[in-house]
Amino acid sequence: MISSRRGNFTFNGIAPEAGLKAALQKGRAGVIGELSASGLKGRGGAGFPTGVKWNLAAAAKSDVKYVVCNADEGEPGTFKDRVILSDFAPLVFEGMTIGGWAIGAKKGVLYLRGEYIYLRPHLEKVLAERRKQNLLGTKILGKDGFDFDIGIRMGSGAYVCGEETALIESLEGHRGEPRNRPPFPVDTGFQNKPTIVNNVETLTWAACILSKGAAWFKKIGTDKSAGLKLYSVSGDCTRPGVYEFPLGITVAKLLGEVGGENAKAVQVGGASGRCVPASEFARTLAFEDVPTGGSIIVFGPQRDMLRVARNFMDFFVEESCGQCTPCREGNVKLLEGLELLEEGRCSMRYLRELCALGETMAVASKCGLGQSSPTAFLSIVQHFQDELMGRMHGR
Amino acid sequence: MAESVKAADDSRAPVSQRPKTMAPPSDIRDIGALVTVNIDGQDVKVPMGTTILEAAKKAGIRIPTLCYHEDLCIAGVCRICVVEVDGQRTLQAACAYPVTSPLKVKTHTRKVRQARRHVVDLLLSTHYGECYSCFRNNNCELQALAKECGVDFFRFGHPEQPRYEVDRSSYSVVRDMNKCVLCRRCVRTCIDLQEVGVLEAIGRSANTKVATFLDKPLGEVVCINCGQCINRCPTGALRANDPTDEVWAAIDDPKKHVVIQTAPSPRAAIGECFGQPPGKALTFELNTALKQCGFDRVFDTNFTADLTILEEGTELIIRLKKALVDKDPLVALPQFTSCSPGWVKYIEHFYTELLPHVSSAKSPQQMFGAIIKTYYAKLNKLDPQDIVTVALMPCSAKKFECNRQEMCSSGYKDIDYGLTTRELAQMIKEAGIDLPNMPKSNFDDPFGTATGSGVIFGATGGVMEAALRTVVELVCGIKVEDLFAHADIIPVRGFEGVRYAEIPITKVGPVPDILKPLVKDWNWLKGATLKVGICHGTANAKKVLEDIRAGGKFSECHFIEFMACPGGCLGGGGQPIPTGPAIRAARAKAIYDEDKGYAIRKSHENPDVLKIYKDFLTDGPCGHLSHKLLHTHYTARGKYIV
Ligand SMILES: Cc1cc2nc3c(=O)[nH]c(=O)nc-3n(C[C@H](O)[C@H](O)[C@H](O)COP(=O)(O)O)c2cc1C
Ligand code: SF4
Ligand code: SF4
Ligand code: SF4
Ligand code: SF4
Ligand code: FES
Repeated sequence: MISSRRGNFTFNGIAPEAGLKAALQKGRAGVIGELSASGLKGRGGAGFPTGVKWNLAAAAKSDVKYVVCNADEGEPGTFKDRVILSDFAPLVFEGMTIGGWAIGAKKGVLYLRGEYIYLRPHLEKVLAERRKQNLLGTKILGKDGFDFDIGIRMGSGAYVCGEETALIESLEGHRGEPRNRPPFPVDTGFQNKPTIVNNVETLTWAACILSKGAAWFKKIGTDKSAGLKLYSVSGDCTRPGVYEFPLGITVAKLLGEVGGENAKAVQVGGASGRCVPASEFARTLAFEDVPTGGSIIVFGPQRDMLRVARNFMDFFVEESCGQCTPCREGNVKLLEGLELLEEGRCSMRYLRELCALGETMAVASKCGLGQSSPTAFLSIVQHFQDELMGRMHGR
Repeated sequence: MAESVKAADDSRAPVSQRPKTMAPPSDIRDIGALVTVNIDGQDVKVPMGTTILEAAKKAGIRIPTLCYHEDLCIAGVCRICVVEVDGQRTLQAACAYPVTSPLKVKTHTRKVRQARRHVVDLLLSTHYGECYSCFRNNNCELQALAKECGVDFFRFGHPEQPRYEVDRSSYSVVRDMNKCVLCRRCVRTCIDLQEVGVLEAIGRSANTKVATFLDKPLGEVVCINCGQCINRCPTGALRANDPTDEVWAAIDDPKKHVVIQTAPSPRAAIGECFGQPPGKALTFELNTALKQCGFDRVFDTNFTADLTILEEGTELIIRLKKALVDKDPLVALPQFTSCSPGWVKYIEHFYTELLPHVSSAKSPQQMFGAIIKTYYAKLNKLDPQDIVTVALMPCSAKKFECNRQEMCSSGYKDIDYGLTTRELAQMIKEAGIDLPNMPKSNFDDPFGTATGSGVIFGATGGVMEAALRTVVELVCGIKVEDLFAHADIIPVRGFEGVRYAEIPITKVGPVPDILKPLVKDWNWLKGATLKVGICHGTANAKKVLEDIRAGGKFSECHFIEFMACPGGCLGGGGQPIPTGPAIRAARAKAIYDEDKGYAIRKSHENPDVLKIYKDFLTDGPCGHLSHKLLHTHYTARGKYIV
């Protein structure tokens, strides 16, 4: 697997515990104010403003609250959280501790992707070290009434458990199936208590922001997409790996950095993301344009886009939790459609029907998985119709 | 009538999927607050937390549903109920979306119509089954949705081969997963409503299916046969094990004397299968129809319900005497009722150590069978071998019960076939009989007299009320009417999941003849307070049993009525589909109305019952013969099936 770190990461230059100390000094409202001012949005894919999320959880009335770090990193082509966890674990835990302080939680859980179990001893060691330094435990850094500790729980291999409510179900020992939302985790989360679920990277940036100030972060990136972001780059490029770029760079710029200039398309956001064709490489990687949780897969000129689409649909047919109709059955139909296309037996009329089905899935599925699973299909059909049609006639 | 068949707080369901309305708002100023929802241009004011679906109902706007069921927690999985909510990128499931701020909702935009159509198309693309050979034809929610959504071809295909073998291993429930639409109503019924927990979704994606533990056949797991899952399944995937053909064959066989007994609950509900509104009993019309179908005799299960009261009541008195007079520390009190076979199997599996509490009296259905194949056979000079006993029951568990090995103390199977309300309705239709318009006729002798007490067995609390009417009179020597107006013992009625009542015994009367072999006088009961409990639905039974385990209030009771089904037998797993709180309340009303109409309201006043003790069961209730014929024993099954 590719995990070369490319270039310098801001995380390297952050003084240990500077963020936590600043947070304790600023007080709870101060922390949330700082985060809101920074414009930080969730790095797990959905891009929800972190300040707003924490504020809702902080305002929820409950004696018991939780901080959950989503380290289930299951999106195909994403591996930046793994790098963060192995190189910057203290910063992740610092971010969680700040979250605990901000919302008034005493307990944090790191939900670790099953395949990352090899990281667990390292993470446990970091946690033990932090307990020794009174960065976890009771009266953290001498602050009266601030008790917080973190436990690690292992996922067991379902992509959907990265969805925050399925993750919570899984933590509670149930089938990993997404819940109805509302109510949202910020008021009815783990054990039905207010819970913030945040991506590994989000929490790490939160620690940086508290350390370096909201203004520093806000200055970077675009108006709606502030700050820096880690990208996991793979596929047909000469320098794959994990990169740090500001939000808002163009696809073309990114391709230049990673050695993927002659790409014919880029899949932004993993299997659930969008396929951007060469004609649109001027578009920007930002929440307001092409959003991403960090996965960038480069497709060179020789790639068969039908195969690409099929690969993604295979993934969703495997990974749907099977709860709701549009996703459970819809993905199968889209996959079958691609098989028909491969055999040159899919009529235009049926292809249109399938695209309409894709639209339905995107709006009627219960969770983000089903809502985003047709995206790749739809964008590939839209942008590579000639290639697919060629297959139809060239039988 | 508010029905609380399940308490929200200790359910296994995730909170987000449980309440139909959200938890009370944390901000005190929001409590009772009304929010305005605009649905299709129409304003409705609803309390905070009401779902869009309920708000629409209030406005008289229909939103189709499939996985939603009034009795169950919310799932939000079928997505047929999606609507457009202003300002939301995606469509929202109306059944699962609580209104907490003013909303604008549209229920049939192009997007919505397309989504609904697709949902049905997708369900049909994996639905193996032909409506014309399906028992749910014309009463199927999937079929109705296909029509409502204008589905006129199989857009995404239709399976030509079944994927699953039909599971016929259970005496009571047949599962054909080829017709399953994965709405999980059965799962929520079994786990959350009944808290038995036999069914669960396994696998994921297109391999998801509803299965038992280790995907074993239903007959080999701890299913209690309550059939509540059948009642809530929208399709033909679940049905009762149907012996209709065997019953017809017996009727057609001239050598066979075919006898049917009808229980009060199916009589109060069978009209629903003939387009009648719920709550219209067709007891006497049914007698005529059954004769026309070819049954030789039609009897009223009420007769043995009365017999049950005398047997079970006597057993209670024996237990009380052992405890209070003989100071026997081993006597098991409270005594539990035994007439609900789903409940009996439940306790056999899950609370084996409490089995001694269960009355040894057979259920009325089985008692009747035993009496027919002995007393009745002799009286009519019939060879019991030629008698076929059929029971019309509201219940699917009765099918299992009549196949219990121990239920043949006469040397013959007490009951040969148990028919559900639905199955008998089908037989009547097949015979071309217009049930609601049949002339009325009476039950056959020698069990022709029934009492109101037998009738109310069908409703939760009914057995207790019947027992109290008898015990109070026999012990206190007064009329129940002196204590409770019209002999309606209101404290034990209602739909509250768990109920408790106390009846003080302020004075005692003489011991009636029938009990003289057992007790000399009642003085030992004077001043005592009779404490009774009632619960319906096994989830509530579980609460009571846990309370008893913990030494709580119910451990001090003397007698507790348990019914496996929500609402009691009138909500049984063999009753017409659909079911819901309003339907069950209407059936209950029909039953209590029927009770009022009887000249005799108390079991111990039933002359036919007194006669049988005089002529046949001569050593009285709980005597030797009645022990042989009318009582049974139980099996501590635990997690095993045996
Ligand atoms: C199918 C699916 C899988 C997801 N997987 C992940 C994941 O692996 N890691 C993650 O951080 N977020 C994942 N998410 C997003 C989470 O639901 C949630 O939005 C996120 O954890 C919130 O954190 P953030 O606001 O910090 O991004 C997934 C969402 C869906 C619908
Ligand atoms: S969209 Fe897919 S993954 Fe999400 S709840 Fe529905 S079936 Fe499960
Ligand atoms: S379950 Fe419903 S749709 Fe399916 S075959 Fe039976 S009647 Fe038809
Ligand atoms: S019959 Fe009752 S116990 Fe058996 S599966 Fe159905 S609901 Fe569960
Ligand atoms: S068996 Fe019936 S109730 Fe159960 S999931 Fe299937 S269709 Fe729904
Ligand atoms: S009825 Fe609302 S999702 Fe099924």
